[in-house]
Amino acid sequence: MKLETYIAADNIISPLGFTSEENFEQLKNKKTGVQKIASSPYSLQPIYAALIDEKKIDTEFKKLNISNPFTRLEKLMILSISAALKQNQAIDIQSKKTLLIISTTKGNIDLLDPAHTAGFDKKRVYLWETARVIQEQFKSPNKPLIISNACISGVLGIIMAKRLLECETYENIVVCGVDILTEFVVSGFQSFKAVSADIAKPYDETRDGISLGEGCGTLIFTNRKERMQANVTPILVKGGAISNDANHISGPSRTGDGLLLAIEKTLREAQVPASAVDYISGHGTATLFNDEMEALAITDAKLASVPMNSLKSYFGHTLGAAGVIESIVGIHSMHTNTLIGTYHFNKLGVSKPINILKTTQQANVNTCLKTAAGFGGCNAAVLFQKQAVL
Amino acid sequence: MSQEQTYITSFCSLQSGQVNINHSLAFSEEKIASPASSAEAIANEGSSAEALPKERASSAEALPKERASSAEALAKEDSDFLKSVYKHYQLNYPKFYKMDNLCKLAFITSELILKNNPLSEKYKAEDIAIVISNSASSMDIDQEHQRTISDKNNYFPSPSAFVYTLPNILIAEIAIKNSIKGENAFFIFDTFDSTFMSEYVNSLINTGKATCCIAGWVDFYEGNYHAFLYTVEKQPGILNRKHAPKELEKLFLHQS
Amino acid sequence: MNELIDQLKGEIIEQLNLEDIKKEDIKNDAPLFGEGLGLDSIDALELIVLLEKNYGIKIANPADGKKIFQSVGTMAQFIQDNKK
Repeated sequence: MKLETYIAADNIISPLGFTSEENFEQLKNKKTGVQKIASSPYSLQPIYAALIDEKKIDTEFKKLNISNPFTRLEKLMILSISAALKQNQAIDIQSKKTLLIISTTKGNIDLLDPAHTAGFDKKRVYLWETARVIQEQFKSPNKPLIISNACISGVLGIIMAKRLLECETYENIVVCGVDILTEFVVSGFQSFKAVSADIAKPYDETRDGISLGEGCGTLIFTNRKERMQANVTPILVKGGAISNDANHISGPSRTGDGLLLAIEKTLREAQVPASAVDYISGHGTATLFNDEMEALAITDAKLASVPMNSLKSYFGHTLGAAGVIESIVGIHSMHTNTLIGTYHFNKLGVSKPINILKTTQQANVNTCLKTAAGFGGCNAAVLFQKQAVL
Repeated sequence: MSQEQTYITSFCSLQSGQVNINHSLAFSEEKIASPASSAEAIANEGSSAEALPKERASSAEALPKERASSAEALAKEDSDFLKSVYKHYQLNYPKFYKMDNLCKLAFITSELILKNNPLSEKYKAEDIAIVISNSASSMDIDQEHQRTISDKNNYFPSPSAFVYTLPNILIAEIAIKNSIKGENAFFIFDTFDSTFMSEYVNSLINTGKATCCIAGWVDFYEGNYHAFLYTVEKQPGILNRKHAPKELEKLFLHQS
Repeated sequence: MNELIDQLKGEIIEQLNLEDIKKEDIKNDAPLFGEGLGLDSIDALELIVLLEKNYGIKIANPADGKKIFQSVGTMAQFIQDNKK
């Protein structure tokens, strides 16, 4: 008998705030975290990106009274995981039955720059070393599971949590998705000529590339129904799947067949027909190819009329954190029956008439499909559902 | 959820200048240990567990070759080894030379297990899973990318280097070469986790998310490389090796 | 011009890691993309880096690359017309 996966707590840290509620409020107020960064250590030219205020990180971190030195990335993780755990005291991170999953594309890659080691040993760049210090900080008895799978890492973390909770090895899983803004990543995307000249415009006819961002999202899952927060509508993870385009190492498939496969497998596992999907949180990076590919996949999956948005013009593309942060917004959309409009979207610029949300509005949101795609032709999809509907 | 026994149906490891296919030393930097120079010969190497020669070729007992001293020279040495293996097996794939070292290593190892056991001929593209892990992520090429942005007066980040700064790209290279579209995931461990890997791959097969899997470990960084890839299926095949943590651990550590 | 073309062939081979290709394999007017060398979108971006690094010529929009990188010949002509 497969166990269900319930959401027990969540937290977002981004330029828009240090709690999920703060972030959601800013989205409702049409505030974006993407700003123009004039000259910086991140880029030779000015760029539009979402950067978290360093002073705010330090102020918040000091409140935790932790004496050990941690990197910027690790501080975000500790702050976010701590906040989520505080929300739900029924989850014991020190239990053998609780696993931490870390999703990140590059971890402490800023330490690779000899000018920015901040006194940390080069060993700290190894993701398992980052995981070890986090494990130690929280006194978790289990080695964290580390996922590094490009931009689907966040969604993959959620899917892994569901799969592991189903077979009872664990009772609780804490998924932490994180990535920081670095010159390493900015310069790389610039060499791809994939960075927008302004704030990104997902699905728009004048879109010209991504805006990068940084952030940390934590989602806590449990297969013990009684550990869900009281007075909160139960939301479950009902299905998830990963696929590969097998087409090109950086460009997405021109037909969207890989993402279509992931979506179909997800809906089949969740036993939710396309007609019952209330909202899609898209990947929407605002590159010409990604958004077009998504439109094809969504249409072929018979989801073209479903209200859909991309949150990347609010948060920037937060890489390994994206799937978790954006899923949390989807969950809050379900809690409040509010659909967030796509910031900086004006006129549809893809070949299929998908239903991109322009303005924030009220709606019955009982199911939410989150999609993601990444370098390496990988695609992922996950479906969240309110229990009241079951 | 049914808990059927699954089996390791072919495996290959590349480490310390040696290529081992299904536990037979097939290629060595010092001397070519077997006459394998065609796909047919590769297939014959893995034809029966009992028929595999128990003694390794004498070059395997030879003293380890003296290694270069600088990190750069080590990387070049290892890169040259990969190219010589590629040429020896006539793998003939023009994209090979564009790959970074980690992907070259993954590509060669996957070609050697698949030539022996072509999963794409037996299973549907969307039902074949690829689950791979390592310790150093993509650090070898990460350092290269970092080098191209270190001097602000000579600032030329390379898109073909940057695209490889994600470890899951090695999965993409295997998927593209073999048109594999199924479940895929890349994990980071400090050392190969045979328990997690066997349990996860088994769960994919037992829950019907995949019918078979290419799995293992591919690591390349600072003079150390180790690739250990294997195919997992529901049928025992010729090798008849159970897919289980202890078995994987032995093969990873190169024990019979 | 012939000197430039010859030099350019060597640079292309190096920049794009075309290790199994020799200068003689690249015909002056053969298409670089599609057939011929079978280069892809990443190679196109690398050629943009090559132009900037070796010849100081900046191309802001990758779409402009299509015409310029049609063949080694058109690339050499572009360099000659635009070299700083």
